[in-house]
Amino acid sequence: MKTINASGIYYRDLNEIIKELVRSGEDIINLKNVNGQRYIGDNLSGTTKINIEGTPGNDMAAFMDGLTIEVFGNGQDAIGNTMNDGNIIIHGHAGDTVGYGMRGGSIYIKDSVGYRVGIHMKEYKDKVPVIVIGGSAGDFFGEYMAGGCMIVLNLKNDENIVGEYCGTGMHGGVIYLRGDVEDYKLGKEVIKEKIDDKDYAFIQKYVENFCQFFDYDFQKIMNHSFVKLHPIGKRPYGNMYA
Amino acid sequence: MLKEGYVRIPSGCAISGIIDRTGRLFSGQSIADSIATMHDRSNGLGGGFAAYGIYPDFKDYFAFHMFYDDLIAKQETENILKANYIVALEEKIPTRKTAHIKNAPLIYRYFAIPRPEKLKLSELDENEFTIKFVFNINSNIPGAYVFSSGKNMGVFKAVGYPEDVANFYKLESYKGYMWLAHGRFPTNTPGWWGGAHPFNLLNISVVHNGELSSYDTNRKYLEEFGYICTLQTDTEVAAYIFDLLLRRHGLPIELACKVVASPLWKQVERMSPKEKILYTNLKIIYGRALLNGPFSMIIAYEDGFVAINDRIKLRPLTAAKKGDMIYVASEESAVRQVCKNPESVWIPRGGEPVIAELIRDNEKEMYSTKEVTA
Repeated sequence: MKTINASGIYYRDLNEIIKELVRSGEDIINLKNVNGQRYIGDNLSGTTKINIEGTPGNDMAAFMDGLTIEVFGNGQDAIGNTMNDGNIIIHGHAGDTVGYGMRGGSIYIKDSVGYRVGIHMKEYKDKVPVIVIGGSAGDFFGEYMAGGCMIVLNLKNDENIVGEYCGTGMHGGVIYLRGDVEDYKLGKEVIKEKIDDKDYAFIQKYVENFCQFFDYDFQKIMNHSFVKLHPIGKRPYGNMYA
Repeated sequence: MLKEGYVRIPSGCAISGIIDRTGRLFSGQSIADSIATMHDRSNGLGGGFAAYGIYPDFKDYFAFHMFYDDLIAKQETENILKANYIVALEEKIPTRKTAHIKNAPLIYRYFAIPRPEKLKLSELDENEFTIKFVFNINSNIPGAYVFSSGKNMGVFKAVGYPEDVANFYKLESYKGYMWLAHGRFPTNTPGWWGGAHPFNLLNISVVHNGELSSYDTNRKYLEEFGYICTLQTDTEVAAYIFDLLLRRHGLPIELACKVVASPLWKQVERMSPKEKILYTNLKIIYGRALLNGPFSMIIAYEDGFVAINDRIKLRPLTAAKKGDMIYVASEESAVRQVCKNPESVWIPRGGEPVIAELIRDNEKEMYSTKEVTA
């Protein structure tokens, strides 16, 4: 275990230190007083666990392949951009474009997220990225989503569980909402349905993790209706130019 | 070097704003520390600050901040200035030599009030009179540029990183109740001193991250009201639009925000009958004042500031509150740098303004009742 006081350290220098520690097989890195340093955990692979106290900067865990990052605070924009594998746990809210183009691993966020979360996520065989959000989400949620799964729990009963243009251009993957959503918010490529037992079992697995990370009562969360959003077809624009 | 409008460089920016709603004055060091946290959002081609409440000894005078390329521009400007204004104090704006700020123009400030006889002859109020003066200098005197023209406030800007600009202007020595900051990463135009943010007219100052694709529509609309866009840079129009909406047309700030970030027709359709009428009319009357394109922006006006995003939120914005202090910035880290334990931190939705105004009682003290002349 290694502890670093990140206060005042420029992002490049900080990331250089982290990279060396991860390469040398350090099991746990504790980063204290992080504030705005970008690109933490980017393009790193391994099994290291990074604990962050403070507010990490943009593009945290971009292209990350493995590792677990736990943030004891809020996240900024573009967390897990094109991330390939690993786990991210945020004890707070996060900004826009979380999980942009994400292709594997999981992200758990205690509170709400900004706009364009999970846009163009994708999956391949056993690589299925998952994002679980305790609060609500902004507009363009799951836009052009091609694979993977997002679960929105809306635990604070926000009037808008998701914003407008949800699932616009969606052609793969699935979104589960704890509650319901107005039809006008949905992209025309999306169908809203009731969940079945298989869906329920899937949600259950991830909500269990969520409850464990953030100390919520599992029964209370699950004792609620869910809806499922999935695409009508795999190629929504297949005939656009034909 | 080619100036704004003659060259295009496609590329982000940083913005930050702090207000003490009680009107208590605090040093410029906080805003400098806040914006410096986002160093990598700028590229050194522009940084600037707007400071409110810094000139209490001259609070009834227009504070003109000027850039001059040479002494001829200075002389010509002063001839016009002194023919139209009584100047109570003129001086070089204090700067310190720093390694990072180069090629500085001549930088002066004047505290002035319009000559009563000139004002009477013009049949204008002192604000309109002053706007005409500003546009006259900026369009007709080569190498002279009024970059700040409000009362008890001032803009400080330069080519450089914002933290260097703060150091250059000794901002730590000023005390204001409201501060805006900008770090520039020029997108369409090269960086030059006049093109740095904030953009100011009278008491309105704007800092902006984004790009206004509606610039030309806005510019033509504003010309009909006598605003002359001399900088060929997009943010300039936002400052004039807010002057038009707030000061001239007397719109409440909430509605002014719904003009520049107007609800989409689809959303208007879903509104209650009363709201539908309001927003339909607003869209029709002020269609050409709509700001289109990606933006996060902070607009400071006499009573406080508003921070707002474009309707589909293509730029970042975070807000925070601690007691009577309100903070807004492109990134949360910029707030936490200067406010360790905010009570609340939130990310506003697209088109939803964060309005932070002085608390009414104190406002009376800040802005003593305006005299009504017979």
